[in-house]
Amino acid sequence: MNAIELTNVSKIYRRYSGRQFSTLKSALLQRSLLQNLRPNEVFPALTDVSFAVRRGVTYGVIGKNGSGKSTALKLVAGITKPTTGTVKVEGRISALIELGAGFHPEISGRENVFINGIMLGLTKREVQERFDEIVDFAELREFIDAPVKTYSSGMYMRLGFAVAIHVNPDVLLVDEVLAVGDEGFTHKCLDKFGEFRRRGKTILLVTHSLPLVERFCDEALWLDQGHAMTHGDPKRVVDAYLTKVEEGESELLATSKARAVEDADRDGQERQERQERQEGQEGQEGNDGQQAPSSPDQSRRVEGRWGSREVEIVDVTFFDKDNQPSFVFHTGDPVSIRLKLHAAHPTDDFVFGIAIFNPDGVCCYGTNTEREDMEPVRLAGDAEVTFAIDSLALVDGTYKVDVAVHKRDGFPYDYHRLLYTFRMKSRSRDVGIYRPHHEWRFSGDVQFKS
Amino acid sequence: MFSNLANLFRYRGLIQSLVARELKARYRGSVLGFFWSFINPLLLLSIYTFVFTTILPNQNKIAQPYALFMFCGILPWNWFATSLLEASNALVAGGNLIKKVLFPAEILPLVNVLANMVHFFLGLTILAAFVIAYRHWPDPAGLAWFPVAVLVQLIFTAALALFFSALTVHFRDIRDLLSNLLMFWFFATPIIYPWLDSNVIAYRRLFDLNPFTHLAVSYQEILFFPGSVGHWKWLVALGGVSVVLFLGAYWFFDRLRDSFAEAV
Repeated sequence: MNAIELTNVSKIYRRYSGRQFSTLKSALLQRSLLQNLRPNEVFPALTDVSFAVRRGVTYGVIGKNGSGKSTALKLVAGITKPTTGTVKVEGRISALIELGAGFHPEISGRENVFINGIMLGLTKREVQERFDEIVDFAELREFIDAPVKTYSSGMYMRLGFAVAIHVNPDVLLVDEVLAVGDEGFTHKCLDKFGEFRRRGKTILLVTHSLPLVERFCDEALWLDQGHAMTHGDPKRVVDAYLTKVEEGESELLATSKARAVEDADRDGQERQERQERQEGQEGQEGNDGQQAPSSPDQSRRVEGRWGSREVEIVDVTFFDKDNQPSFVFHTGDPVSIRLKLHAAHPTDDFVFGIAIFNPDGVCCYGTNTEREDMEPVRLAGDAEVTFAIDSLALVDGTYKVDVAVHKRDGFPYDYHRLLYTFRMKSRSRDVGIYRPHHEWRFSGDVQFKS
Repeated sequence: MFSNLANLFRYRGLIQSLVARELKARYRGSVLGFFWSFINPLLLLSIYTFVFTTILPNQNKIAQPYALFMFCGILPWNWFATSLLEASNALVAGGNLIKKVLFPAEILPLVNVLANMVHFFLGLTILAAFVIAYRHWPDPAGLAWFPVAVLVQLIFTAALALFFSALTVHFRDIRDLLSNLLMFWFFATPIIYPWLDSNVIAYRRLFDLNPFTHLAVSYQEILFFPGSVGHWKWLVALGGVSVVLFLGAYWFFDRLRDSFAEAV
């Protein structure tokens, strides 16, 4: 038995473009009144979405902002109508879309409870019967006769939630209301939802909180740009969604990398030109380039690129465990950093260095071939250097990378400072910089839910 | 459309509470509170009376006592004009409800019309006081037409309220347009001058085209002029037209309904 059924539903929002500035007068003058009321630009919010929610099931809908989640909820609530397709809902609906929508600020909480309850489909008598319960749930007994405009936003929401939840719906629609409110209130809401589940009610939950979906929902749906990507087991759906999010982040980091390198290049060139001009004026003075400061102040480190370019770093790429170029990794994954080099002349004086910085500018790790006692012998033409890490155990966050080729005395051939960015993803919420490989062991009477 | 109309009946409890809320909220926080419903028409009436009996004395014999005559027209006019002005803004102001709650939008303009009807009824008590003070008794037989006139005006006002409220969602200029239109309409209706004035009779055909003429004249015949209500045919005809107008306006409203949630 399905409580909610959407069949091939599309919703196209019409944008009345240009109408913003057109007035009734111009509409009448141009005889375009009806044309103006007709849409001239469309935006598909949902495209051919079908899903069914069985009675008693808690169903989560996830997706990015603008993916059509809220539109889907409004369609189920009946606030908007689908452009094509059908929406079927069995039983009384209560929509927690905006708590306390329709409260009138000037009148008392008591009167607002009545009006809001009636608006949500109760009769006056039903509100009367539930009134005490509503007020107790909202914890507003002392303030119930004060005008709603004197309420704090928390009180306002509690009252709105209390009314909506006491409509005793068969189908409860929840849109991100848990994102607001304090810890205690959120817990109370969750408890109430739990009670609804036990009583066999259907809940449709739109949220950005993935843990909530995993913990709370029986099934989930992932919407992306108005298309239903996948639905079913929440864990699977959340994983699929996360993978997609990582791809998106990866793309973003790729473009930011390209931009960073480009900017650094331009800055470097300008600096060099400026210096050449100076040198032309002042004559030849000994100056061995913009040498890297010997002990860089972490907080003042800025992105940049410098060096003589006798040996040039042509490209830097990160590779994931499948040897695919990537910018997003999971804590503990193998990661390789590959440098592509070009040496204009053969040389026997070179050091490769790499350092990783966390968002606070803390150097998580840095090393070079000199420090690891590797004697350079020869570097000529095109070459590749790969720095392979078996297991990159950094905590969740965005990291920046320095790569460099320089002489053993520090003279830089090509120094890329903080130009490369990658993202570490972690499902656990541990803190710090680095996650040692670990496990928990217990003896005695210690138990955890598995 | 008709199922929606039937739905409207189901929501009568909500309409009732919203009207009550509207009335309560309006004077919340004011010292005189509900008395403003009496004071407003009283003040208005004093101004008009002063102007038209002292400064520009209205000598028309048929319209004496003038204050009472004018009050019979101004009270229903205020109901009409205020309803339309408020209703034209109702959907935009209540956008939150339309977007977030499953809620039949036509309730909002109708609540404005009904709340102003209550003010109209309160104003009638002032009128009654004047009737007693002037000892200018209306014809008891004619009073039977009073509920008819109120009903016709209710339907007529509701029709226009629906139409303008729906249109204002898409054309915000309606609000300003409407206030000017109502000003013109007020002077084009025999409210501050009597319908039987010789200067008016010359333009009778034009006046006949103004629906509110028939309402105003009916109220005046019911409440002010002695003798039977000779205008009743016009009133009934206007009633018929109003029903058609209401259905037309409701159809128009229904057509635009789906655009409200997106456009407000």
